[in-house]
Amino acid sequence: MKFRDLSELAGRNLREAVLRNTLTTLGIAVGVASLVAMLSLGVGLQELVGRRLERSGLFDSVLVRPRTGFGNQGQPRMLGSGGGPGPGGAPIAATPRPLDEAARLQLAHLPNVVEVYPEFRFTGDLRLGPGGHLAQIASLPASASGNDAFESMKGHFFSSPTAREIILQLDLAQELAALQQLPPADLIGKEVVVRYAGRQPLEPETSDPAARDTAARDTSNGRRPNQELASPEDAALGFSIVSSQVPLHVVGIVDAEAVTSGGGGFGRAGAYVPVAVAQQLAVVQGNDMSEIVRDSTTGSRAEHYANLTVRVNHPSGIPALEAAVKDMGYTAFSLQDVTRSLTRVFAILDLLLGIFGSLALAVASLGIINTLVMAILERRREIGVLKALGASNGDIRQLFFTEAGVMGLAGGVAGVALGWGIGRVIQLATTIYLRRQAIPAENIWSVPWWLVAGAIGFSVVVSLVAGMYPATRAAQLDPVEALRYE
Amino acid sequence: MESHPYTKPRGVGPVTTELTPGAEPTAAQPPIEPGGRDGAAIRIQNLARHYKMGSATIRAVDGISLEVHSGDFVAVLGASGSGKSSLLNLLAGLDHPTSGSVFVLGRELGAMTPIELSRHRNGTIGMVFQSFNLLPRMTVMENVELPLRIAEVPRAERPQRVREALERVGLAARLTHRPGELSGGEQQRVAIARALVNRPRILLADEPTGNLDSATGEEILRLISSINKPVASAAPGVPGVNVAAAHATTATTVVMVTHERALAERYANRIVTMADGRIARQERTANPAPTAEAIAEKGVPS
Repeated sequence: MKFRDLSELAGRNLREAVLRNTLTTLGIAVGVASLVAMLSLGVGLQELVGRRLERSGLFDSVLVRPRTGFGNQGQPRMLGSGGGPGPGGAPIAATPRPLDEAARLQLAHLPNVVEVYPEFRFTGDLRLGPGGHLAQIASLPASASGNDAFESMKGHFFSSPTAREIILQLDLAQELAALQQLPPADLIGKEVVVRYAGRQPLEPETSDPAARDTAARDTSNGRRPNQELASPEDAALGFSIVSSQVPLHVVGIVDAEAVTSGGGGFGRAGAYVPVAVAQQLAVVQGNDMSEIVRDSTTGSRAEHYANLTVRVNHPSGIPALEAAVKDMGYTAFSLQDVTRSLTRVFAILDLLLGIFGSLALAVASLGIINTLVMAILERRREIGVLKALGASNGDIRQLFFTEAGVMGLAGGVAGVALGWGIGRVIQLATTIYLRRQAIPAENIWSVPWWLVAGAIGFSVVVSLVAGMYPATRAAQLDPVEALRYE
Repeated sequence: MESHPYTKPRGVGPVTTELTPGAEPTAAQPPIEPGGRDGAAIRIQNLARHYKMGSATIRAVDGISLEVHSGDFVAVLGASGSGKSSLLNLLAGLDHPTSGSVFVLGRELGAMTPIELSRHRNGTIGMVFQSFNLLPRMTVMENVELPLRIAEVPRAERPQRVREALERVGLAARLTHRPGELSGGEQQRVAIARALVNRPRILLADEPTGNLDSATGEEILRLISSINKPVASAAPGVPGVNVAAAHATTATTVVMVTHERALAERYANRIVTMADGRIARQERTANPAPTAEAIAEKGVPS
């Protein structure tokens, strides 16, 4: 029989026992709806977390640091001898290089790279009038203005990448404002003085081999430390640490939530300044000490970055970037591993939700078997007549299969609609609840097209599998017996 | 004329010699030899069908040999349980013999694949049952269309074929009625139209008048007779039967199971009486056997 004839006959048969078939189809619909509802929730939550993480800027960037040159498995290594062990113990292709401006330019030209910036992070004393407050200060690139934490900030982002401006974290702003008995918002437009430890280059002629004073005493005197130099050329490579200060305009106050400062710190800071300003301040960085040693070896006098954050246009570009960075002789670090395990967690969550959702569908498939077996009993004679008129076993089997398939298709479509409806209700309830808690509403619900297609397809497949037994039984019905049946 | 597989090797004599009207004796005939003459629509050889019922074996059909010629109207008589219906089911290929063989138009049913058997039921034979076996929720038209659907006849052709078949049984005006809205006689006519719609060469009727009153039964038999011999007797007196439509078709071999001897004598040209699964008696009636013209027109044997 042609498919069109089969489906016409199947449709007619389904209409003949309309109540029973509707109930069976409804059973499938409920099963599919529960599956769709469960998986939509899983997918929605995954998307929500993914969205938050993507906006955090943590997952589309790689933190690049120079290799220290010391083995991390207890093996002493010579500088320049090849850095840490590569993956799987493979020899490292490149020798450690300083992270200088040339490296920055080279990184910027890697594929998919959107921007490369250093991150400066230092402790500063923010002074407002007589009072002051110690805080971590971090640098922010101009691109950070797109971070959603700055969308709800008071005031505005840095007016230019080189503006001598500062953005305060709400906690710090509150404490500073408390010193002046001001509301925090009134700090915007005021000037704060930031005191910090700054580097100052040594002059070769001032070095005195006899002096062995501590750096602290010299710093307090505003004098450079006197040290025995390894060689006369080394004089240019050292620096002294001096207490410095800079006035900065407060332009904004940002909520403590969600501000992360790129790949550099992965932590909150009390205040933020533009990258270029931080660079000009010549603050003492953690790598300065080892750079002195390195420079004394290489003879380089170029300015080195403690780190560079390389941002790509999409998180998918991270692995390639990491590999490229390692090839260049730097260490690369990203939070991709964290996302990978997160993806695994969500895959397991989706699987569990899917299994729970499928349970209802499994029960519904028993409904299909039951309905079709009943139909065989009722339509015994009809099957006999069809066989007497020349229908083959295959025709009868296909007829029952088609009926099961139609129920599966109808149940699948209705189930997706029902599941979508349930999702809307849950979403609405969540939104109302979150608003009551004064939390911005989040979309925790997502029904992607593949879920719609997959759920309908799954429903049809489950129905066909369920129809297999009744269809085979109907096809094998002895026509002589069936025709005798009253 | 196509050659019949049994024509050449056996070749006992020309068809017309045996089947010329008037030359047929009306009394009992000696059993027809299973070994074939020309024009055999159905040839049954030592056919047996035994059923197991617990430890007992029921010999529904127990060694029958019979030959039905093209254009014959054979009535199978016998008491209940004599094996008439079992024989018909074996001819239809609905049932499989325990032993022996059935040749229909030269092909052995036992050698056919299940698909070929389905095609045999769909295209070569038409079946009519005592209880009509129409599908109650389908209209007359849809019931008659069923064999066409199964045969995958193009949709465009179907309405015309259905109308033709219904005209042949005089029910062209009842296309959209459901079986429940028809009388018993009308339902049986729809069933006959359904059996004829694929233009089968053989019509198998299992007690077609069993559920009908005698007048209606007579009417149905006249109709079947007209299908059997469309040229000679185009269902005279069957109301609404389109004689022209009947004339347009060829003769059909009929094997009818019945227990009404009077009707059998009036319409069949051969009567086979069964008892305990065997043929007890074969006889010719006064009715004319298929004419030479009818045979020639049909192109028998084929």
